[in-house]
Amino acid sequence: MKERPYADPYLAGVALGLVLLASFAIAGRGLGASGAFAATAAGLTNAVAPARAAANPLWSRYLAGGGPWREWLLFELAGVVIGGFVSALLAGRSRRTIERGPRMSGRARIACAAGGGMLMGFGAILARGCTSGLALTGGALLAVGSWLFIGAAFFAAYLFAPLLRRAWR
Amino acid sequence: MSDSLLIALAIGVAFGFALERAGLGSARKLAGQFYLTDLTVFKVMFSAIVTAMLGAFWLARLGIVDLSRVYVPETWLVPQLVGGLVFGAGFVIAGLCPGTSCVAAAAGRVDGVAVVGGMFAGVLVTGFLFPSLQSLYDTTGRGAQTLPQLLHVSYGVVVCAVVAMALAGFRAAEWLENRT
Repeated sequence: MKERPYADPYLAGVALGLVLLASFAIAGRGLGASGAFAATAAGLTNAVAPARAAANPLWSRYLAGGGPWREWLLFELAGVVIGGFVSALLAGRSRRTIERGPRMSGRARIACAAGGGMLMGFGAILARGCTSGLALTGGALLAVGSWLFIGAAFFAAYLFAPLLRRAWR
Repeated sequence: MSDSLLIALAIGVAFGFALERAGLGSARKLAGQFYLTDLTVFKVMFSAIVTAMLGAFWLARLGIVDLSRVYVPETWLVPQLVGGLVFGAGFVIAGLCPGTSCVAAAAGRVDGVAVVGGMFAGVLVTGFLFPSLQSLYDTTGRGAQTLPQLLHVSYGVVVCAVVAMALAGFRAAEWLENRT
């Protein structure tokens, strides 16, 4: 199947904004991603070492209430995976590949992906959110910390981008 | 599954679908943002912010949605500044952010799977280091502070300023992409 082109970015952005707006109106909260990772980490820690999880001030937050496996963001992120899969399938973009720059080996790309992911994990915990839950959601609600996070993240990304130019260009 | 979790799943499906349609499941496309060759990230992100911001503003004005019942992310100045800097560095190294890495993984991209794995490892390690991070984590909290409160101007003024900034940004983005 031939790959179909991506949607117009402004149109896709408006659609994304309407999803976010629907979330505000229906669920009383915005979107997110990193919270689902934290809930999973809390849940797994709790399964392996319950005493340790309960004593940890970060994990214990996710153990309260309905518990980590009933966390709203966990179901939302499961939906993201389903939605992404269906969209890619319908557009003929679903196939097993490593996306990388012309001069970068697959192994180097995977190492960068995992290493960058680890840094984002640290940053998202410290900042209490990521591009979805803090930047997008709080950006639309004019939260001070969200705009600070957007500025800091883009600043650091542009600062480090020249060092990684060889990877992508 | 409760209604609220079903709603979460449905909203997530729409979110993931929109991200993939926009091309944000592609690390190469995201990297273009940082080399100013493809500004899709900026265009999608700011059209989404403007749409949801204007929608929330008008739905609240018309009394359809009570904004005081919508959860506003809390502001913690220093943790969000430091966290944002580390996150931004990780973002450009990984080429994907946490949400888009899930979309990339779902579309079969192995680098997306690696970002998801790295992100999870980072969260796990940070959780175990958390007791020593907590003094930093708990500084400079401002609660659910918003820009209109910080700047002592009305909500509508900030909404207009964000729209103006986004429109100027879109013009700049088109100019950057059409450079020869």
